[in-house]
Amino acid sequence: MSYQKYYVPEQSKYPIYLAIALFLLVMGAAGTINDLGKTESNSAYILYSGLAAFGATLYFWFRAVIREHIAGLDSAQLQQSFVFGMAWFIFSEVMFFAAFFGALFYVRNFSVPWLGGEGEKGLANMLWQGFESSWPVMSTPDAGSAYVLADKNMSWPGWGKALMWLPLWNTIVLLSSSVTVHFAHLALKNDNKKSFNRWLGVTVALALFFVGLQALEYYEAYAHYGLTLNSGIYGSTFFMLTGFHGFHVMMGGLMLAIMLSRSVLYNHFDPHNHFGFEAASWYWHFVDVVWVMLFLFVYIL
Amino acid sequence: MSAVIESHGHDDHHHGPAKGLTRWLYTTNHKDIGSLYLWFSFAMFLIGGVMALVIRAELFQPGMQIVEPEFYNQMLTLHGLIMVFGAVMPAFVGLANWLIPMMVGAPDMALPRMNNLSFWILPFAFFILLSSLFMEGGAPNFGWTFYAPLSTTYAPPSVTFFIFSVHIMGASSIMGSINVIVTIMNMRAPGMTLMKMPLFVWSWLITAYLLIAVMPVLAGAVTMMLMDIHFGTSFFNAAGGGDPVLFQHIFWFFGHPEVYIMILPAFGIASHIIETFSRKQLFGYSSMVWAMASIAILSFVVWAHHMFTVGLPLAAELFFMWATMLIAVPTGVKVFNWVTTMFKGSITYETPMLFAIAFVVLFTIGGFSGLMLAITPADFQYHDTYFVVAHFHYVLVPGSVFSIMAAVYYWIPKWTGNMYDERLGKLHFWLSFTGVNITFFPQHFIGLAGMPRRYPDYALQFADWNAISSVGAFLFGASQILFLFIVLKTVMGGKKATPQVWEGSRGLEWTVDSPAPYHTFTTPPKVSL
Repeated sequence: MSYQKYYVPEQSKYPIYLAIALFLLVMGAAGTINDLGKTESNSAYILYSGLAAFGATLYFWFRAVIREHIAGLDSAQLQQSFVFGMAWFIFSEVMFFAAFFGALFYVRNFSVPWLGGEGEKGLANMLWQGFESSWPVMSTPDAGSAYVLADKNMSWPGWGKALMWLPLWNTIVLLSSSVTVHFAHLALKNDNKKSFNRWLGVTVALALFFVGLQALEYYEAYAHYGLTLNSGIYGSTFFMLTGFHGFHVMMGGLMLAIMLSRSVLYNHFDPHNHFGFEAASWYWHFVDVVWVMLFLFVYIL
Repeated sequence: MSAVIESHGHDDHHHGPAKGLTRWLYTTNHKDIGSLYLWFSFAMFLIGGVMALVIRAELFQPGMQIVEPEFYNQMLTLHGLIMVFGAVMPAFVGLANWLIPMMVGAPDMALPRMNNLSFWILPFAFFILLSSLFMEGGAPNFGWTFYAPLSTTYAPPSVTFFIFSVHIMGASSIMGSINVIVTIMNMRAPGMTLMKMPLFVWSWLITAYLLIAVMPVLAGAVTMMLMDIHFGTSFFNAAGGGDPVLFQHIFWFFGHPEVYIMILPAFGIASHIIETFSRKQLFGYSSMVWAMASIAILSFVVWAHHMFTVGLPLAAELFFMWATMLIAVPTGVKVFNWVTTMFKGSITYETPMLFAIAFVVLFTIGGFSGLMLAITPADFQYHDTYFVVAHFHYVLVPGSVFSIMAAVYYWIPKWTGNMYDERLGKLHFWLSFTGVNITFFPQHFIGLAGMPRRYPDYALQFADWNAISSVGAFLFGASQILFLFIVLKTVMGGKKATPQVWEGSRGLEWTVDSPAPYHTFTTPPKVSL
């Protein structure tokens, strides 16, 4: 049986650098958040240095892995490790979103109805007796000054106004981008690098467009709807779910943009040898599926 | 299982370890990283143990003698967090690093650099957590379960640092688990099918799956806390339409699989040791695998048994009661299999076997008190009493921790090439065994009598058993110094170990030299049954 050696680098400095970068990042982030509203705080500098170190280390680490690949150090078995690794990483991301979707399920089906006096634990209504359960809930049980209530929500406005409704356009843009990234993949498999670059470029453009639309939606929410993180549980779930999704779109878009620049600038990837791109496209499809769930459970239902 | 090695260890491209500190900082070697994890875990075990002794010293007598109640709460919280995330979990990851590549015939872990990253995040994460002791308002004081609103509205400012340290601990666990799964799925020697894998490998495959499934949920929970505290959201605040009970649901959706994460590798270890020292093949290998898988699946649908008194709908209380009791079935399968393995075996009682037998007996006691707690109406009496404390310490200390110690004694000849001092090992076992039972058995009584957990003071009628429990805790704590001494002595020297080490040991790791060469299985061995 022929056997290719499994490449294990003798030593590597990247992990410890990344650990130090993470340390700076979270110390800086925690300090900055705790010092919000204070005029004198240097924590933000720790945060920025952590971010810079994090980005730089990742850059050099990935560059090393790509060079090892080009040098042919990685056996088919090692490449299979990357495939498994990416798949399980995406599974962990699925579970991260599951926590937030679970919270949404719970508040919609249990805590808000109970606070409104419905269901088995409707006794909770005696806490704030005027509160009525509805979804999207536009008021808060305690209407004190802690909350700034929204005038409008982001839910389905009815067929008449559907075309003016941003989330529908967001959906169209993101679903199309999943199709275009698939076209890019097909082009690559057919050894058509030109077409690959073009479709991948379109995908990155759509990603940017999506982020732009999302920014517009947040602006609308804050400036015109009065819908903020502070407007009770509807605002909390809305912004956390769409916000984390938006953040993942940015990460996925960044991955795709890096793959595009690798292809355009260094002519990386060939029909049989492109897991870097494939991993990024898996991530992109995952982000897309999360959006479909968001569209259903946050916007439509 | 018998294994035939075709060739290994004769590869002149590979060197020994690098010299100096960089060996540990830059290493990609699964054995080095395993040792780092194990030493880190032991350091955390001592720090968390000292905190436990502060608690027990305060509880030696009723009234407040030694610490302020605020500081007591911080000790209580940090003890739990450090023991769970800093001692038990890293110890199992360390064992996984040392053993899984050798057991499946792989040259190293699948993603060696990420492996190093998974470890080096931990010292920083625990530095942040421990540094919170010196921050304004003190360390986290809301218990290791950090229930909202104690951990949100009423938390000290250091909670922000706690949240971020949990985030990076989670990242470390997820990366470590991805590594374990990929190693097992992708790096097994030819011929080692899934159902020929050693049980420790199986137990870790299932554990790693649980970790990847629930650590992100924990990350979600602490993120919601962060947003509630600093950015005005209302996830855990009923005034804004959320619910503090939502926190408990999310936390225990993570927390219940988490407690199985801390016991499943122990099942794997016990199976190997009992098999070896009974000089028999393990009884019911495939049922052991299915039992662990069933326990893992069930762990996702039992979480609310931690919350029976919080005001759940009746249907939920019934469902979670029955689902919880179902776990007794696969767990019973495992216990009976261990006992049947020992039945009519030629048993000798070396230190690992003593720890393993104590594990089976005492873990079963903890399991039975778990069954009592699972009965919803009865739980209204037991909930948040010392009975719960006794229950989970029985499954965690003579359960998880004993299995880790058993594993260290069992495999340390393979790691160091030296036999440990059997006389001292047995002394360590008997001191630990006595100490642990004196500490935790009386807590069943004071719990059933109604002493609530987490309080720094208690009513006079609980005084006697508390005093006894504290004496046991100091005995157990002191005997771990002996453990440290035995391990150091073995590292320094001792009787040379043979490759096989134990008469009855089977598996690939026993086919390589003792100490195991720095690089094992650079070409895969052939496995035949």
